[in-house]
Amino acid sequence: MRPLPAVAALLLLAGTAGAAGPSMDRPLTDRPGDPARGRAVVRDLSKATCLICHAMPIPEEPDHGDLGPPLAGVGARLGSGEIRQRIVDPTTANPATVMPAYFRTEGLDRVGAAFRGRTIYTAQEVEDVVAYLATLTGE
Amino acid sequence: MRAALLLLAGLALVAPPVPAQIDGPRSGADFLTPDTRTLQDDDFLNPGLFAVEEGRALWNRVEGAAGQACASCHAEADMRGVAARHPVFDPATGGLVDLAGRVNAMRREHMGAPELPRESQAMLALTAFLGFQSRGMPMAVEIDGPARPFFEAGREDWFRRRGQLNLSCAQCHDDLAGRRLRGDTISQGQVNGMPFYRLMWRTMASRHRMFEWCETSLRAEPRAAGSAEYLALELYVAWRGRGLPVETPAVRR
Ligand code: HEC
Ligand code: HEC
Ligand code: HEC
Repeated sequence: MRPLPAVAALLLLAGTAGAAGPSMDRPLTDRPGDPARGRAVVRDLSKATCLICHAMPIPEEPDHGDLGPPLAGVGARLGSGEIRQRIVDPTTANPATVMPAYFRTEGLDRVGAAFRGRTIYTAQEVEDVVAYLATLTGE
Repeated sequence: MRAALLLLAGLALVAPPVPAQIDGPRSGADFLTPDTRTLQDDDFLNPGLFAVEEGRALWNRVEGAAGQACASCHAEADMRGVAARHPVFDPATGGLVDLAGRVNAMRREHMGAPELPRESQAMLALTAFLGFQSRGMPMAVEIDGPARPFFEAGREDWFRRRGQLNLSCAQCHDDLAGRRLRGDTISQGQVNGMPFYRLMWRTMASRHRMFEWCETSLRAEPRAAGSAEYLALELYVAWRGRGLPVETPAVRR
């Protein structure tokens, strides 16, 4: 699947916003996400690792960031649709957010040549990470 | 390794203590680990002092067709305060000029010597020497008069999001100073210590190289060092840090 233009993403989630924020309930791929793959993807330094900003239950990684909330327990707090929406484009939940959009190419300025027209994650990687975060139900 | 990876990789170092509260300009020195802070503060340990000494030798060296050295026309003491007020509007070019641009203008116009590349060891040494002459003086750039439009452009740039990570300078250096980005503590992004010695690079580095590093980390296409855009950004950042003491040569992680 191709990256969603921001507008299409907004239309998709219209009417599906849950209590905790906008939700994107339809998976981006037919193949279900794989939590084990997702755990590897979130650590990948070449893909703007979530660990820059979030503490995660990944004890083998040093120096977790503290710009965002710890993600332990996020699977209990948020539904998969809300997690997916966050990862695809967090500006839909918070226009002023510092969290990057992992599956969006539109509305970005002066993107480096090597990254132009490319998303940080592939559609499958988004699904893998959603599946992984959904397993983080403990504290 | 690419700068982008460096920032995102968050090199595994011990994070310094987080300053309790931030109001007003704070030097990057306040965000250092105690070890790095000691390196900066001790003139016998500070590796940037070698660059200053090298710069002093260059200052006295005759170069170019005119048979002149900087010292032929200027006394060292005349340079006091110069770094604190740069970049400035330059009527000759109708644009801003920073210390590196000034050095090259002198070489071109008064010495008949070739320009020095911006990140060359010689340029970093000369600008470190010039910065050192203002050590302890408050940063005080002029933003009124002809400098005003450049200042406004720089300010606008500071607040504009950029790159695949879609962040503005302000989002990190205004809003998140003191917070941890993996192994790094985000400072206010001040420029009062430059050129500085960066341990990660094992070399002296300029203000514009730091701008490039942050932009590349954001996966943005960086501007060129010495570009009109970076000079304008530098003017805004220098004004934003007005009153901070010049700390050249600073030491950073
Ligand atoms: C540059 C910093 C940054 C990065 C990188 C980042 N985030 Fe975030 N994230 C935040 C911040 C800050 C918030 C808090 C809400 C806000 O300001 O948008 C947040 C919120 C969240 C939330 C909502 C948490 C809750 O409890 O409501 C989720 C889920 C999330 N991030 C997942 C991720 C994942 C997964 C990644 C990696 C793919 C990631 N984030 C990368 C900064 C970041
Ligand atoms: C032949 C004489 C001459 C030489 C050699 C010379 N300068 Fe200058 N310098 C001047 C003059 C005249 C001015 C003021 C007008 C101008 O900008 O040209 C000046 C201005 C400056 C200024 C701006 C001072 C201020 O108050 O803002 C700096 C900095 C400077 N020179 C540094 C240097 C350095 C560094 C060198 C050696 C690379 C050098 N000069 C070589 C004549 C010289
Ligand atoms: C994702 C957060 C982030 C963004 C956005 C960002 N930087 Fe930085 N910047 C850093 C980090 C991390 C460092 C290294 C640690 C420190 O000194 O803050 C740094 C360092 C600096 C420094 C050196 C400060 C010192 O005292 O050594 C300057 C200057 C700077 N940044 C300017 C900028 C400019 C200009 C922009 C916008 C083009 C920018 N930064 C955007 C994170 C960021």
